[in-house]
Amino acid sequence: MSSTFWVILAGALATYLTRIGGHLVISRLERIPPRVEAGLNAVPAAVLTTLVAPAVLTAGPAEWLALIVAGLVALRGGLLSMFIAGAVVLLIARQFMA
Amino acid sequence: MAGQAADSRSSTSKSSMSEFWHGARFGLPVCIAVSPFGLLFGTLAMENGLSVIEAISMSAFVFGGASQMVGIELFGQKVAPWMIALSIFAVNFRHVLYSAAIGRYLSGWPLARQAVAFFLLTDAQYALAESQIQSGRKLTFARYMGAAVTSYLTWVATTVIGAIFGKLIPDTSAIGVDFLLPIYFLGLVMDFRRRPLWLPIVAVSAVASILAYRFVGSPWHVLLGALAGVALAVILPPSRSGIGAAPAQAVESRA
Repeated sequence: MSSTFWVILAGALATYLTRIGGHLVISRLERIPPRVEAGLNAVPAAVLTTLVAPAVLTAGPAEWLALIVAGLVALRGGLLSMFIAGAVVLLIARQFMA
Repeated sequence: MAGQAADSRSSTSKSSMSEFWHGARFGLPVCIAVSPFGLLFGTLAMENGLSVIEAISMSAFVFGGASQMVGIELFGQKVAPWMIALSIFAVNFRHVLYSAAIGRYLSGWPLARQAVAFFLLTDAQYALAESQIQSGRKLTFARYMGAAVTSYLTWVATTVIGAIFGKLIPDTSAIGVDFLLPIYFLGLVMDFRRRPLWLPIVAVSAVASILAYRFVGSPWHVLLGALAGVALAVILPPSRSGIGAAPAQAVESRA
């Protein structure tokens, strides 16, 4: 096997360790302390925000408009409807604002 | 009796089929949003000197878009093999947080199922699983796999297409596919808006990730930004996070 293939396998193993590691550490605890639990409950909003915020900063008006409309739809509708609304607004806005 | 057993088995398998499809439907936006990145990865892997088989096995074994992009970038630059593996580890380190947070809800599953579920625990998969739990539905293995398997197959299939036909793919930014993931992730952020401390956590993580993006660089902004938001929830008194106080008590203390 090529050395590239071995690097891919090592990378895959390293990735699997990150995906199972947090659970292995937490499951050693008999009871999760309240502050750790509060931290874990904060993970989704905290991580997902970091996947949006820098993209917002580096985007332009077409992208901002799409995010605003999608965000407003999300207040009322579900995930799929906000996603479609945002994608449609983006598609239209890019034709005029690019 | 045998008939009854068969009946109940078929109804169980029918319901786990419907659970699977429910998960798949829920994961559909992910499939649409990751497809361009799978195509891009396959294309770039070829340009950086990987073989088709190597590109496919990277998608199949690592299954992590950002880390794979970083990996092939380094393959192209001929850096030391252990540095490439370490970089993949660093880019994927954020999964430790997902694993710690979601493991609580998977621990009732048989070990083999947990092992498979953790292998498929991507950003989007984590978010989907959390939002299922958030909405009060039971996170079944079938539902989890419905979303995970469809996005896994999409990722591997688009890698194959990109690797083989990459040079034929036109510029996709005109139709906006490059910005679909931020829109999707915003939707998931909004899904958690009823959790305690949601707004302060979002604000702190947004500012921290933007600063880290500017001054440290990608992909570290994800981990640093997330840690800032999590730290806020840890530092504030647990009662502010809705932990340790039953809802009834909270009402009493307010009255």
